[in-house]
Amino acid sequence: MSIEMENPEVKLSGKDFASDQEVKWCPGCGDYSILKQVQSTLADIGVKREDTVFVSGIGCSSRFPYYMNTYGVHSLHGRATALASGLKTARPDLNTWIVTGDGDALSIGGNHLIHLLRRNLNVNILLFNNEIYGLTKGQYSPASPKGTITKSSPMGSLDHSFNPLALCLGADSTFIARSMDRDPKHLRAILAEANNHLGTSMVEIYQNCNVFNDGAFFTFTEKATKGNTTLQLKHGQPLIFGDNGDLGIKLDGFKPVVVALDESISPDDLWVHDESDQVKAGILTRFFDTPSAEMTLPRPFGVFYKESRSVYEEDVAIQINQAIKIKGEGDLNSLLAGANTWEVI
Amino acid sequence: MVETKEEKKTVTILFAGDSGDGMQLTGSQFTNTNALFGNDVSTFPDFPAEIRAPQGTIAGVSGFQLNFGSVDVFTPGDNADVLVAMNAAALKASLLKLKIGGTIIVNLSGFDKKNLRLAGFLNDENPLTDSSLGKYRVLEMDVTKLTRACLADTGMTVKHIDRSKNMFVLGVLYWMYNRKLDTTLDFFKVKFKGKQDLIDANTKVLTAGYYFGDTSEIFTSRYEVKPAPLSKGVYRNIMGNQATAIGLIAAVRKANLDLFYGSYPITPASDILHELAKHKNFGVKTYQAEDEIAAICAAIGASFGGHLGVTTSSGPGIALKGEALGYAAILELPLVVINVQRGGPSTGLPTKTEQSDLMQALYGRNGEAPIPVVAPCTPSDCFDVIYEAARIAIEHMTPVFFLSDGYIANGSEPWKFPVSTDLVPIKVKKLSAEGDDEKYRPYVRNDKLVRDWAIPGVKGLEHRIGGLEKENETGNVSYDPANHELMVKLRAKKVVNISDTIPDQNIEIGENSGKVLVLGWGSTFGASKTAVTELVKDGVEVSQAHVRYLNPLPKNLRDLISRFDKVLVPEINDGQFVKLIRDKYLVDAIPFNKIMGIPFSSQEIKEKVLEILG
Ligand SMILES: Cc1ncc(C[n+]2csc(CCOP(=O)(O)OP(=O)(O)O)c2C)c(N)n1
Ligand code: SF4
Ligand SMILES: [Mg+2]
Repeated sequence: MSIEMENPEVKLSGKDFASDQEVKWCPGCGDYSILKQVQSTLADIGVKREDTVFVSGIGCSSRFPYYMNTYGVHSLHGRATALASGLKTARPDLNTWIVTGDGDALSIGGNHLIHLLRRNLNVNILLFNNEIYGLTKGQYSPASPKGTITKSSPMGSLDHSFNPLALCLGADSTFIARSMDRDPKHLRAILAEANNHLGTSMVEIYQNCNVFNDGAFFTFTEKATKGNTTLQLKHGQPLIFGDNGDLGIKLDGFKPVVVALDESISPDDLWVHDESDQVKAGILTRFFDTPSAEMTLPRPFGVFYKESRSVYEEDVAIQINQAIKIKGEGDLNSLLAGANTWEVI
Repeated sequence: MVETKEEKKTVTILFAGDSGDGMQLTGSQFTNTNALFGNDVSTFPDFPAEIRAPQGTIAGVSGFQLNFGSVDVFTPGDNADVLVAMNAAALKASLLKLKIGGTIIVNLSGFDKKNLRLAGFLNDENPLTDSSLGKYRVLEMDVTKLTRACLADTGMTVKHIDRSKNMFVLGVLYWMYNRKLDTTLDFFKVKFKGKQDLIDANTKVLTAGYYFGDTSEIFTSRYEVKPAPLSKGVYRNIMGNQATAIGLIAAVRKANLDLFYGSYPITPASDILHELAKHKNFGVKTYQAEDEIAAICAAIGASFGGHLGVTTSSGPGIALKGEALGYAAILELPLVVINVQRGGPSTGLPTKTEQSDLMQALYGRNGEAPIPVVAPCTPSDCFDVIYEAARIAIEHMTPVFFLSDGYIANGSEPWKFPVSTDLVPIKVKKLSAEGDDEKYRPYVRNDKLVRDWAIPGVKGLEHRIGGLEKENETGNVSYDPANHELMVKLRAKKVVNISDTIPDQNIEIGENSGKVLVLGWGSTFGASKTAVTELVKDGVEVSQAHVRYLNPLPKNLRDLISRFDKVLVPEINDGQFVKLIRDKYLVDAIPFNKIMGIPFSSQEIKEKVLEILG
């Protein structure tokens, strides 16, 4: 989402966005890092505390608003997106952030999520994906890969999992990006980009639940492996990854293939990332198998797709203005009287 | 040609036809004309659940009943004096509602072999030719044929011509009751704007029907229903859902707020959404949500943002809103929740009326989550009561239930509408001043236990609210046992305190004490009033009180009830308000219930009162 900023008199720091409430996530939880990056990003952007609202659902991640010294609504399980839609329609002026978990957004709140995306309200969604239900103590979620062993799936979950960003793109999301708790710099950059986008910005954040699903994303976050398993998307840049930047991705028709960069293949031969290409963004969201051996497709991070489309709450305002233009400002007395009246004398 | 004129005090007409026959339109035109003429009018449309049930079948019959009179009328009439039956199915479905000796106007071509068979008349059985209608006066005319003849030279297709046949019937009725055609002619001009051929065709058919009444020999007399002695003033005709929509706009205007209306379509509530969507020039934001949960959550979000959030549904949708209702109660934000009740449980009887969601409104949430409940008793009363619902929501920072039902939502009556300056102002307690350095405490209360409405955008008032139990005053999350009990009691007391701001319960008809009190709520008003009025005239010691504030109840209700030997509680459900009355006042109130998807007749209530008097 994007909001025009006036320059506040005093520049706030990340700490100014912290509330006085004690943060109660488990020690070591990935949520801490995300909270910190959000606070410092807000300070960087220069938004006013009183114009900012955090709306969340229910889950560990959804406790987020209590820790922010802004306006905040801790709503119902799955309904942050629905509540924020009403709030933003009523108050387009507010810088509105939605904090949700993989269960909150994709399970109980799946319906509201896709409808918010198609309406394209100018809000930011931060989806804390830990591939588990944290708050209810560790059941598999719609984002848990099939076969995940949890308390409610001792023999492995049988449900095919969602591919969250593919789902969002399918719902005509106008901004999708992925980041992670363990790369603060990347996360801040993505948060700022999300905030700059006019429309619904969907940011999936890989978040480690060290209590119930520890290490779910370690392949992508740890030094030893991340070189070959992750791909940093940069607009206008070729898709290059690998420990030494020696691997690239080429498109063979619609089929992405991993190639080694050598004399025969140069960066000019590679797929160049274009944030405005919805078809290619679709292919990128499908880089979803867990990278195993070398030469398998890496997991992309960064902005996959960005599109400019009309924003719901603006359309609402436009229609109201149109109605006023055509019929004139509503007059209560003529509304009360209606078209046909008669007098009893 | 007849010129005998018979004067009537009230007349009830039931228009019945196939759902494609335009009976609703015919009925509402006849209503408007009579209302403008000065009659008191009450109407009741009765449509099938299916949009286009198979033509000619009983399931496809659509009815519109209206009662108009030169005296006050409170109901659409127990039984009809005149039944207009456009086909055999309509006759079969509606005959029981016709008075013995009543008049049936039949469209002959609706009684051909095919229509008779579709209506379930077997073996060449035909009510028009056997003696089964002997107790009634049957006036036959071939409306289809006459309409086709009337428009034969227009070049219109038969299919299009047949669509106007309801106007022929309307013309005949205008002649019978000595009414002018003007209102309907004006209506054509608006409805068919830019389509002169349709204006001409309908005008021609309507006029032809009128002259047919005049020239044909089948009518032996015309009737005269003089204007009713309504109190002085300017009137309009209004339907319940329309009054509800207008009332919401009036309330936000008087509170100087914006209206956010979140809703998901459902019968019989959708017309409120339709009506509001027409009035965007009042700044109304209508939001057709993806489901009822989204609708209420969006409305709560809008209320947090400083709008008046309103959400509407019927039983099944209200069930979905349950969790969010408790949420709104613990947040203590203004929210108006409209339930236009219909027959339940589950999908139940979507197009039929019932009062069976009272318990749901009063108690249908997890935890201790009392919510004020108000209920209108007639179509125009929807205006006053929704206005009250909005006032209570805003002035007491609480969700409020408004319980209407299909009967009043779709019914109509003349309304002596107010002007803007007649309406009581609604006081909004929005904090707009910047907070001081001290941390803002969102759950500090005033003497009525109402908290402030601190909306985003104001510096210094930043705060967080949510569904977790909150510490008194600060609003911080708290699991403290004593604090929880305190908060539950505070929220309950806040709702109880609303009784200080509502009017005392009045006696509608009859003495302040006596043998029987007919104690109702909602749409049973008209039938009770008619019944009690007639009984009082006959010297029976009976009174009527009709409650609009169901939670909290008016403070004097206990005392009022105690002055009667017996309390009779008629309801279109299996006994819900009666449980509340027994619970609150420990009185042996007598339930009187009907669960047929249709309203009480005044006769039924009269008989019940006489029965319990012994
Ligand atoms: C209506 C409802 N159903 C169930 C719950 C219980 N519940 C709370 S949080 C949660 C799942 C949270 O998972 P997720 O959204 O992934 O958040 P996380 O805790 O992992 O951050 C569930 C099932 C609830 N609070 N409300
Ligand atoms: S349970 Fe997991 S997600 Fe929740 S706070 Fe603890 S570590 Fe974080
Ligand atoms: Mg989770």
